[in-house]
Amino acid sequence: MSNLTREETEALIAEVLEVYPEKAKKDRAKHLAVNDQSVEQSKKCITSNRKSLPGVMTIRGCAYAGSKGVVWGPIKDMIHISHGPVGCGQYSRAGRRNYYVGTTGVNTFGTMNFTSDFQEKDIVFGGDKKLGKLIEEIEGLFPLNKGISVQSECPIGLIGDDIEAVSKKAAAAFNKPVVPVRCEGFRGVSQSLGHHIANDAIRDWVFEREGKDAQAFEPSPYDVTIIGDYNIGGDAWSSRILLEEMGLRVIAQWSGDGTLAEMENTPKAKLNLLHCYRSMNYISRHMEEKYGIPWIEYNFFGPTKINESLRKIAAFFDDSIKAKCEEVIAKYQSMVDAVVAKYKPRLTGKRVMLYVGGLRPRHVIGSYEDLGMEVVGTGYEFGHGDDYDRTIKEMGNSTLLYDDVTGFEFEEFVKKVKPDLVGSGIKEKYIFQKMGIPFRQMHSWDYSGPYHGYDGFAIFARDMDMTLNNPCWHKLTPPWMKPAEEAEPVAKAA
Amino acid sequence: MANIMIRRGDKGEYVFYLPKRDLEDTIVSMEFDTPEKWGGEIKLNNGGAYLIEPQPAPERLPYSVRAKRLDAAE
Repeated sequence: MSNLTREETEALIAEVLEVYPEKAKKDRAKHLAVNDQSVEQSKKCITSNRKSLPGVMTIRGCAYAGSKGVVWGPIKDMIHISHGPVGCGQYSRAGRRNYYVGTTGVNTFGTMNFTSDFQEKDIVFGGDKKLGKLIEEIEGLFPLNKGISVQSECPIGLIGDDIEAVSKKAAAAFNKPVVPVRCEGFRGVSQSLGHHIANDAIRDWVFEREGKDAQAFEPSPYDVTIIGDYNIGGDAWSSRILLEEMGLRVIAQWSGDGTLAEMENTPKAKLNLLHCYRSMNYISRHMEEKYGIPWIEYNFFGPTKINESLRKIAAFFDDSIKAKCEEVIAKYQSMVDAVVAKYKPRLTGKRVMLYVGGLRPRHVIGSYEDLGMEVVGTGYEFGHGDDYDRTIKEMGNSTLLYDDVTGFEFEEFVKKVKPDLVGSGIKEKYIFQKMGIPFRQMHSWDYSGPYHGYDGFAIFARDMDMTLNNPCWHKLTPPWMKPAEEAEPVAKAA
Repeated sequence: MANIMIRRGDKGEYVFYLPKRDLEDTIVSMEFDTPEKWGGEIKLNNGGAYLIEPQPAPERLPYSVRAKRLDAAE
């Protein structure tokens, strides 16, 4: 199907909205838009970061997901207690594939679930004692942990437990950071507030902590940090090698494969490199103001954007880095050319619809374009106005933008736009696969990855080809449903 | 009154940031912009206007300051 014109896209949105009651229709209409690159400010065409409508199937998460799942969870040498009932922690355990190096259960704890397992009596009498006991037990069982964070689940806020007092007491008793994070799930409209709360907790409880400068640190003029890269399938590693080949020294990874010591060292960096703007811009802005560390956004998806980003990063440093940056780009050029030569002919002209969170709805567009594919619709689960400001320029004219899309709207859009590939989360995966549309789970790279960097691009191209050109998509109609003439050779063969 | 943060953009212009609303925008005009007197009425690219109590210019940007909303864009 050829691309839709502006009028057709507008008509499509109107058609999809038709089923809603009057009030819901009015509300949802503000979240759906046709992209227009001439618009300077996204809020003129799209509303975002608003409460989801009751009754629709939203794809969002909660503040606890934003704090424990995204920001704090990947910090490997700390223990993150899911404080509250057992489910929140158990059902999200290790689902995000934040890879790390270490011995789980000894000095790293990334894929483990620690919970206070609230029961009725804890709700009635309060859970502070239980939390204190839990921290003591952790210290006994896992003495090599570098610190503990207490990630509140909904009941903690509802019953008014004083986790700060317990944390302060435990921190003094064990001489380790114990960070209370007030990320109860009901706060805010999506996981986005959880990111903010988690960032503020790092600011107040990690940066401000006494005795954090105890470790030796020798500064170099090329110290940078990777901020907002969660090492999904090894993403941060494939980003890090590029920066190191350029001659930079990566002193911290936030927070994929990151440690507490790295976080504490971050204020000594020369430049903060921010990948996921949505989840970590808060702390980057704080460090810029308090410690005078500039930050820049970069994009390591697809060679075009990688080259652009590497040059942008090198521009902050002296000529030796700039020269090495060009060497790195030249070094990988032949590999990139081979990948493009192999996969572009198989993928060119294919159309993609995305619906993910964080940075991917705009960052991966470059990757697809490098393979000759086109993104015809994109949207954020929990983006804000500033995310859409940055997205409008990346997307083609009269493509679809959808904020906090509902299950129904997304299905209808896909039915009408008929993309060749849909990239979204696990909840959408099987719906679209059953509809016969190739699908990639773009939250954790469909159990593949890494996708960052030049090495990641090769894997990305392979995965997209593997999904799109999989022979199974021609087998969706069973033989007895096929028209007679088509079914015949099968009958003969049998 | 709202807490805002003012920083330098890529082209040396002032950039306004209102954390509460995730509003990031360039400042098109600032009433006073000298080392001794800095602030006053600021106008944003989106049409909004805020008032910063005139004060000596901050030694370093970014700088967090309280500002009063005169005219929001929405």
